[in-house]
Amino acid sequence: METKNNSQLSILHSQLINKRYGDVQALKDISFEVGKGEIFGLIGPDGAGKTTLFRILTSLILADSGQATVDGLDVINDFRELRKRIGYMPGRFSLYQDLSVEENLNFYATVFNTTVEENYYLIRDIYKQIEPFKHRRAGKLSGGMKQKLALSCALIHKPTVLFLDEPTTGVDPVSRKEFWEMLKKLKAEGITIVVSTPYMDEAQQCDRIALIQHGKILSIETPEKIIAGFPEKLYQAHSENNYLLLLDLRKNPNVKSAFMSGEYLHIVFKSEADETIPNLKEIVPAIEDCFIYLMENGELRMEN
Amino acid sequence: MLQYLIEKEFKQTFRNAFIPKLILAFPFMVLLVFPWATNQEIKNINVTVIDRDHSSWSKRLSEKLGASTYFNLVNYVNSNDEGMAVFEDGKTDMLLEIQPDFEKNLMNAGAADVMISANAVNIMKGGLGSGYMNAIVQDFANEIRAERIQTSGKTELPLIQVISQGRFNIFLDYKVFMIPALIVILMTLLCGFLPALNIVSEKEIGTIEQINVTPVKKISFILGKLIPYWTIGLFVFTLTLGLAALIYGLVPKGNLLTIYLSVLIYISTVSGLGLVISNYSSTLQQAMFVIFFFLIIFILISGLFTPIASMPQWAQIFTYFNPLRYFIEIMRMTFLKGSGFSDIWRQLAALGVWALALNGWALMSYRKRR
Repeated sequence: METKNNSQLSILHSQLINKRYGDVQALKDISFEVGKGEIFGLIGPDGAGKTTLFRILTSLILADSGQATVDGLDVINDFRELRKRIGYMPGRFSLYQDLSVEENLNFYATVFNTTVEENYYLIRDIYKQIEPFKHRRAGKLSGGMKQKLALSCALIHKPTVLFLDEPTTGVDPVSRKEFWEMLKKLKAEGITIVVSTPYMDEAQQCDRIALIQHGKILSIETPEKIIAGFPEKLYQAHSENNYLLLLDLRKNPNVKSAFMSGEYLHIVFKSEADETIPNLKEIVPAIEDCFIYLMENGELRMEN
Repeated sequence: MLQYLIEKEFKQTFRNAFIPKLILAFPFMVLLVFPWATNQEIKNINVTVIDRDHSSWSKRLSEKLGASTYFNLVNYVNSNDEGMAVFEDGKTDMLLEIQPDFEKNLMNAGAADVMISANAVNIMKGGLGSGYMNAIVQDFANEIRAERIQTSGKTELPLIQVISQGRFNIFLDYKVFMIPALIVILMTLLCGFLPALNIVSEKEIGTIEQINVTPVKKISFILGKLIPYWTIGLFVFTLTLGLAALIYGLVPKGNLLTIYLSVLIYISTVSGLGLVISNYSSTLQQAMFVIFFFLIIFILISGLFTPIASMPQWAQIFTYFNPLRYFIEIMRMTFLKGSGFSDIWRQLAALGVWALALNGWALMSYRKRR
């Protein structure tokens, strides 16, 4: 199921990481690698264990078992050196709200023993957009601007690996699109990016993605391969009352699975498609379809 | 590195709309308001006299009461029932009942009874009021006896008069007693609990997460929190000393160096306590509650209001675990008695032990978190 990159080129290794909180197994045998210069996406619903994994990889908490290295450094033993090389943007805005935009940036630069000027080229495109408000307190910024400031602060020491925990949650669609463009520019600078998101549509922006659910990785592949691995024909349908239609479909013995996706119903048949269903049309599956299929059936059809 | 953290902390503190004002308001409250409010002298006790004798001596006794600054003569009634009615209305705190034939009995038998009743809902007022009134009645009796000795020429029992003198606080001024101890509370809040709350709020807001992924070491982070508050604490301490001298002429009798050394040791003790609390609290609400719990207990068994020697044995044992107790003793001794290092070294050593224990505990409990 797992495709191994050439380990010489990979910058992050995770081996059989387990973490348990009381009765909840937050992470179970998480193993994956991230290649140098990749945008690697962790895709999964809330509570899948994405943040826990980030916190282990950024040396904030300890795993119960398993090993991980980032940029050749062990997350447990070499955490001091590691912290100099990684950038982390937590899901929650975690800069000082009572310091101004400029003060926050200067503070994080000095804490990393560098200056804003030294790595300004890296954040220029992002920071330029919030520079007009540089004397405003961070707490008074809008959501999108907070996110840009947080990204600037996470980048100011030119990290080799950037960890972004749900950076686009709570951000409007336009800003989200902009944000992914910024990430592609950073990738061009040679920075490896590990990003998590609950939005399936963002998965296509990543070079490779790991689908994660209940603390387990379901699949790791490029988005294209994951989609290509969808083993059935997928149809969409819709009617005046989608909910009634869904109930009908679920009773239909020929229907293998049916679920809502936006304003359409996505259907997989056991045998031939039932043409009596209104507005039926075959479609190319999206990541979301693959994710749901994986949750229900456990495996996609992968060809290495 | 540390310098930037401290700089940042000062910036944030002074940018806060509330904290700097409170820090400045505190010493003024401690000096101008609290010493008066925490005064335990009882004055203006309302007294009703039930005079059932109506003699010149009964009048003289009532006048003597009224002349005292402790008592206000509010009512003058003739019967017990009237007296009780006034009592129950809450218009009077105490009753002095003078029996019929008071003067006659005094003249003939040399003895007469009066009855004092006090409203003991407020134990302090009731107890002290009875005490004061007893003293005045005694005094009256002595006067009468002295007069009778003069007129009759008899040399009866010699009078023993007790003259008491308040050493180290000649006028038994309550303020002088309270100010050094109130400064202790001030230092506890500023240097112990304020940095603790600050650290917990970083946890609650999540900013500590961002700091933790930087190369900033735990020790730098903690010192970056403590040093600004130590600085503020010492500044406020100095300000309070200056104001006490200016307003009340209360100048420490002891060596200033000894006093500042004690403050430094105390500050490190309460900082340790604050750090321990902050390590075990993940929300401000939790931290606040723990702080209230400790603060109230510490104040009540510190000897601030009630002398430790009059506490029951088990409570006295508790006071040994209370850093406030030691520093209040040190402050009162150095301020009022001018005690030197040789007099307070036991308290200083106790504080030092607590400082080591608490900071050690803080360090241990911090490491576990990683």
